[in-house]
Amino acid sequence: MIEVKNIHKSFGDAHILKGISTTFEKGKTNLIIGQSGSGKTVFLKCLLGLFNFEKGSISYEGKDFNELSTDARADLRAEMGMVFQGSALFDSMTILENVMFPLRMFTRQSKSEMKDRADFVLNRVNLSDAHNKMPSEASGGMQKRVAIARAIVNKPKYLFCDEPNSGLDPKTAMVIDNLIQEITNEFDITTVINTHDMNSVMEIGEKILFLKDGLKEWEGSKENIFKTDNEAVTNFVYSSELFKKVRKMYIEGDQ
Amino acid sequence: MTYLHNIGAYFIMIKDIFRKPTKWSVMKTLILKDIDDLIIGSLGIVAFIAFFVGGVVAIQTSLNISNPLIPKYLVGFATRQSIVLEFAPTFISIIMAGKVGSFITSSIGTMRVTEQIDALEVMGINAINYLVFPKFIALALYPFVISIAMFLGILGGLVACVYGGYGTYENYIEGVQTDFIVFHMIYAFIKTMVFAFVLATIPSFYGYFMKGGALEVGKASTTSFVWTSVVIILLNFLLTSLLLG
Repeated sequence: MIEVKNIHKSFGDAHILKGISTTFEKGKTNLIIGQSGSGKTVFLKCLLGLFNFEKGSISYEGKDFNELSTDARADLRAEMGMVFQGSALFDSMTILENVMFPLRMFTRQSKSEMKDRADFVLNRVNLSDAHNKMPSEASGGMQKRVAIARAIVNKPKYLFCDEPNSGLDPKTAMVIDNLIQEITNEFDITTVINTHDMNSVMEIGEKILFLKDGLKEWEGSKENIFKTDNEAVTNFVYSSELFKKVRKMYIEGDQ
Repeated sequence: MTYLHNIGAYFIMIKDIFRKPTKWSVMKTLILKDIDDLIIGSLGIVAFIAFFVGGVVAIQTSLNISNPLIPKYLVGFATRQSIVLEFAPTFISIIMAGKVGSFITSSIGTMRVTEQIDALEVMGINAINYLVFPKFIALALYPFVISIAMFLGILGGLVACVYGGYGTYENYIEGVQTDFIVFHMIYAFIKTMVFAFVLATIPSFYGYFMKGGALEVGKASTTSFVWTSVVIILLNFLLTSLLLG
């Protein structure tokens, strides 16, 4: 479980996060949504410890991240997996080497054990025949799946994804969403996904946190988001005709 | 203020190079790769430039000696001194600031832009140690490159002198051997080691701390080349004043 209390973050005079508090539960797919510029990525990078914040606290299973020593932070980070928006695969390594990388860094496994584990996770993301390809030879969807495989290869407790299906066609995006949810349930990890894709909300959002102008505007389940009267949320959710129809369907279904 | 901030950040980065080292089995591979990229990959251009510049120094020296009282071995002597004291350690280093420095800045900068450095940090890896330390160790072999540049520079002078008809083989060799001072070699290699440190760290600094996109990677490479060259020239002056002055 990740507990966030009253996080404030500024860049110069720009106050980006203005006191966000929330909890991300274990074994659930937690989604952070909001418009561009609402502070989602900054919030996610604060969770990961990539940005220092001025005020507040972030606790992982009760351990305050800011109170940890540098080495203890590094140990905690070894329990995190991250899927970056642009995949962030190491372009000097093959796909197999990318996936084996966390194992080489943090375990004492033999080469064959590492390869077996990498084979297992690559199979899990349906990439059993791409071992020797370079990341530049892989499509966007494949790169995302490799990034997921790399993120989960060392059995993390926490999985973070920054817009995992941006730039993908709707079908591949759905495959990625489902894959993340399956992995979350299968390995019982705490997953936090940063997205502005409402399809993801519909597909996998077990808990949703809506940010607006650096503040927590709303939080709840995917069922509730379509019924809420919060104006900022409805403006965001029903910005497309498709979701206006979905809302109508939900409301009519209730009556 | 920006300059002061950058200088502070540079020294903090140097401290971080040695903090929380990467696993040796991984580091070994990175060092070998960087030796290949930075040292072996530079030998061709260094050899080419050193050989022909050595030749030009010999020809220029010969053409500018018209006084019959000046001994003929001066061509070999002047070529050796120019190559050993300045050309090989300093000017090859400025060429390397362009070749190796730009490579380091652009490769680390591209990793920054594509979030690969963030990926390393999220994994709990000391990204500065992972990226800069192998370059630092690889460039510890830089004196090997400079030794080759010295040898080929003097050889280039010999070939130009003898086959261009500017002097005899015996005169040139006599000049190369005349008044040989061992401390000049020590001075040249002290400079080389200092410049190797500069070549490994300043381009890494500009790559690691760059912000922006692809355009900024290009700008960072240029800035890195300019500052590496400036620092090499200033340190050259300082070390020469201290060691030979």
